[in-house]
Amino acid sequence: MYSENNMTKISIVSAHKTFGNGADSVIALQDIHLDIANSEFVTFVGASGCGKSTLLRCIGGLESLSSGQILQDGAVINQPGVDRAMVFQNYSLYPWLSVIGNIKFSRRLKTGRENLSSADVEAASGRADCMLELMGLTHVRNSYPNQLSGGMQQRVAISRALMSRPQILLMDEPFGALDAQTREVMHDLILYVSKLEKTTIIFVTHDVEEAIYLGQRVVVMAPRPGRIDSIYKVDLPDKRDQEMKHSPQFLQQKREILTRIRETAGMHTDYELLERMTQQVQNQAL
Amino acid sequence: MPPSRFLFYFGADLRSIQSIFSTLKANWQSLWVIRGSLSHQAYWLLALAGFVLSITAWWLLSVSGWVEKVFMPGPLDVLSRTLAWFKDESLMGDIWISTYRVFAGFALSAILAIPLGVLIGTYQPMKAMFEPLMDFIRYMPAVAFIPLVMLWVGIEESSKIAIIFIGTFFQMVLMVAEDIRRVPMNQIEAAHTMGANKSEIVSLVIIQSAKPALLDTLRVTMGWAWTYLVVAELVAANSGLGYSILRAQRFMQTDKIFAGIILIGLIGLAIDQLFRLLHRKSFPWLYFKS
Repeated sequence: MYSENNMTKISIVSAHKTFGNGADSVIALQDIHLDIANSEFVTFVGASGCGKSTLLRCIGGLESLSSGQILQDGAVINQPGVDRAMVFQNYSLYPWLSVIGNIKFSRRLKTGRENLSSADVEAASGRADCMLELMGLTHVRNSYPNQLSGGMQQRVAISRALMSRPQILLMDEPFGALDAQTREVMHDLILYVSKLEKTTIIFVTHDVEEAIYLGQRVVVMAPRPGRIDSIYKVDLPDKRDQEMKHSPQFLQQKREILTRIRETAGMHTDYELLERMTQQVQNQAL
Repeated sequence: MPPSRFLFYFGADLRSIQSIFSTLKANWQSLWVIRGSLSHQAYWLLALAGFVLSITAWWLLSVSGWVEKVFMPGPLDVLSRTLAWFKDESLMGDIWISTYRVFAGFALSAILAIPLGVLIGTYQPMKAMFEPLMDFIRYMPAVAFIPLVMLWVGIEESSKIAIIFIGTFFQMVLMVAEDIRRVPMNQIEAAHTMGANKSEIVSLVIIQSAKPALLDTLRVTMGWAWTYLVVAELVAANSGLGYSILRAQRFMQTDKIFAGIILIGLIGLAIDQLFRLLHRKSFPWLYFKS
């Protein structure tokens, strides 16, 4: 439950979400309670249809709950806000803007509305340049997004989201479309940035290894109805490195979580049935 | 150009055409790969061949004597008629007035259809209120509006422009709305999370994102505007390409009908290519090889 503890950044209180109505309605989220601490890195995993993306979108304010509340620093979230930035899996960059144009987009919104002093504008340019440097994008500063690889595009998306110094970064399977090697690089990058900026990160993925490697806590969600099944505190030192993925603790936790997800989804392979079907198919072929 | 130099160029061109042909022949199999690629030169050579073959077939048909000249004049008859039209009648004047009518009707459509289409594609109540209505009206025949248009706006220039407007506007609204709806939701939501308000999302994201598709829509509807020209010039016109075609019909001047139709086709082709050029120049990020 939410307490007046200033360490709590996000507090989810009896969150319910139903899609559709009447007989066709689907319960996407059922009775979710969760507190997320300031600067915490929390990852969400679960079988498809468990509502993890929906929950993230509700925290982002892109969707509203049917009942219950999500609080940020004690204030109810009911619309998107600049201090809750979001990174999507793909197609969210603006292809008509250069890399730097994309990163400065939020700044452009602000300059359109307010009379900023030249010092403000300069500070923003400075931050944009730092972002480019930090993310290794300086050499593609003036390229268009579709000239970049998928990994580079996601770097741009992350830079753009961080540009306005959000307190919370919401990531919806941001590396889902990347190859394994690029993904590892991105993992270390996002861990580094989260320490540097002290951003609270809520990260949704279907990849358990990714969830453990990045998260301080892994929240396992279960489908039909979407709910929190269990929460694992990750058994790794705060400073992560790729070698830890082979450590016994890591593998043990990965096995536990995978088993748990399999159980919640009611998925198992019936080898007897497979065997029988294979026989049938072979007989028919003759 | 002196004849010798002309022959030189001609010879050079022949050789380069020969080399393109031999490349085509060598790569014959790979040309027919599904969704394969084709060199720029080969593309234009084949496009030209398409025209040359059709015109040759037409010419053969006309000189064979199978079809009477009054039904099917040959390419040379049509060419000489076009020249006569240019010299003795006011071909340039006809082209000018028709182009003016088409552009005016088209511009009026675009000015009204783009904002309305943007609203329909963005806001559900606008969609509910206008989309079924537009769908209903667009099936109404533009020709049948002629008497009404004459009653409402008279028989001046405005009536021709009005017919072209009626022919293009309703289609254009629906196509613009569809272009707007195709803007990826992620682009819009990303702007939301960066604190953009509604008008910023419409002007800085939705319209920017849809611009290339909108220009394509304009290109396609421009073609339709030209097809409505003949209909428009049914209304008390005494000049214009469409009008000339209609009058030639009355006097059984089939060669002039051909000339008028072909001229409209050529102007349309030229405008289409200009639109494509504008597309390439305005949206360079779409034309990078990734």
